[in-house]
Amino acid sequence: MNEQREILNSTQLEIIIKRLSQELIESHQDFSNSVIVSLQPRGKYLAKRIISCLSENFNINSIDSGDLDISFYRDDLLTKKSPIITEKINMDITVDNKRVILIDDVLFTARSVRAAMDAVMPFGRPKSIELLVLIDRRLSRHIPIQPNYVGKIVDAIDSERVVVDWLKNSVLILKDKNE
Amino acid sequence: MNNLSVDHMLGIKYLNKNDIDLIFQTADNFKKIINQPIKKVPSLRDVTIANLFFENSTRTKLSFELAEKRLSADVINFSSASSSVKKGETLLDTVNNILAMKVDIIVMRHPNPGASVFLSRNISAKIVNAGDGTHEHPTQALLDSFSIREKYGEVAGKKIVIIGDILHSRVALSNIYCLKKLGAEVGVCGPSTLMPKYLDSLGVNHFSSLNAALKWCDVANVLRIQLERQDVQLLPSLREYSNVYGINKKVLDSLDKQITIMHPGPINRGVELTSDVADSEHSIILNQVENGVAIRMAVLYLLSIKKN
Repeated sequence: MNEQREILNSTQLEIIIKRLSQELIESHQDFSNSVIVSLQPRGKYLAKRIISCLSENFNINSIDSGDLDISFYRDDLLTKKSPIITEKINMDITVDNKRVILIDDVLFTARSVRAAMDAVMPFGRPKSIELLVLIDRRLSRHIPIQPNYVGKIVDAIDSERVVVDWLKNSVLILKDKNE
Repeated sequence: MNNLSVDHMLGIKYLNKNDIDLIFQTADNFKKIINQPIKKVPSLRDVTIANLFFENSTRTKLSFELAEKRLSADVINFSSASSSVKKGETLLDTVNNILAMKVDIIVMRHPNPGASVFLSRNISAKIVNAGDGTHEHPTQALLDSFSIREKYGEVAGKKIVIIGDILHSRVALSNIYCLKKLGAEVGVCGPSTLMPKYLDSLGVNHFSSLNAALKWCDVANVLRIQLERQDVQLLPSLREYSNVYGINKKVLDSLDKQITIMHPGPINRGVELTSDVADSEHSIILNQVENGVAIRMAVLYLLSIKKN
């Protein structure tokens, strides 16, 4: 049985996505030398929302983007108890000499981001790599990786799960009662 | 369907359609990866794979070795020609000695049908059958169907004819199983001396005329005559076989449609295929070779991450 509490509702989520988009514009201007790369599965939804926000609200269109599958680069591939689901790689772009913006929904241990940095390298030598996340679980890091753009910082304990529900546009913290 | 239903890749017979679909989806990603400037992924860096080839092989061995290296596995190679097998060591002893060196996966080609099944029942490592006598060659069948899927979008509903020495061909048997599981219609064509007795039980169409077979099919998978497996004379001569069952440009031009030509290799040019057909735009023989690496990466990857 799970206990849950909402930490972001749809209005707050909308405001945050708009703010993150504006922060990106501050740094990347018209995105002519930047690419947005999402970490599948869930980073894809945030990347889509940011790309459409940039287009609808700031008239910045045709941003190069791709979706990574990091499965093959994970460090827990052989030890993870549940099978890892591979996603379709959608990277018809080069990152060579580009400023790469990695996007994921929740930053937890940062092991996925480490794998994503490995996974992005075969597509060229990026000029730089930045990280944008909706939720930063700052107390849970296993690797010294910090995001450049953060939607909301959350202090959650290990037994809690932070879940972004893109259908209901809300962010929840789930706690297992058995914990 | 994120897990294979099998612990070993012994034959297509043991797989279900979900397994094949999962292998294809994973191979789609690996095909993209092997076409990147950096073709290596670290997925199997803690895995040791032994390639045991008790029978000659060029492309299968190279393809497996490349797939293993692209996945960052540690690879050891063994060929029976230069081993203690010549001194009378049994298969089980040879393999157990190799396993004592902490090997996780064994890729084995062996002249005896069922050798990989036997091994899987007696040792703890995961087994990949790279061809066992005249029985099965599962990764070849997977890459053949994957190549058909790549060319036509799907395998279901397509008509594939396998031409040549069906009796001695592990490629034919694995292909029949795989294509049928994917919903294709399968035909076979060749001299009756090279057709197995159990053909009817496999639910395939039998053509004795090459022309009728080619008119029926969308894809012709052409096999080599395996003289090394024929201990009795089953053909008058290769020349006669070529005259009756060899595919040349003239035969293809006489059809009112274009068909795709496949061949698992090695090709005996001028026997089952002429050079102008083997090298034509309708031939996907080299695509098969490229897809072989992606399929073998997918099989090794999925077996390694298999959760029991």
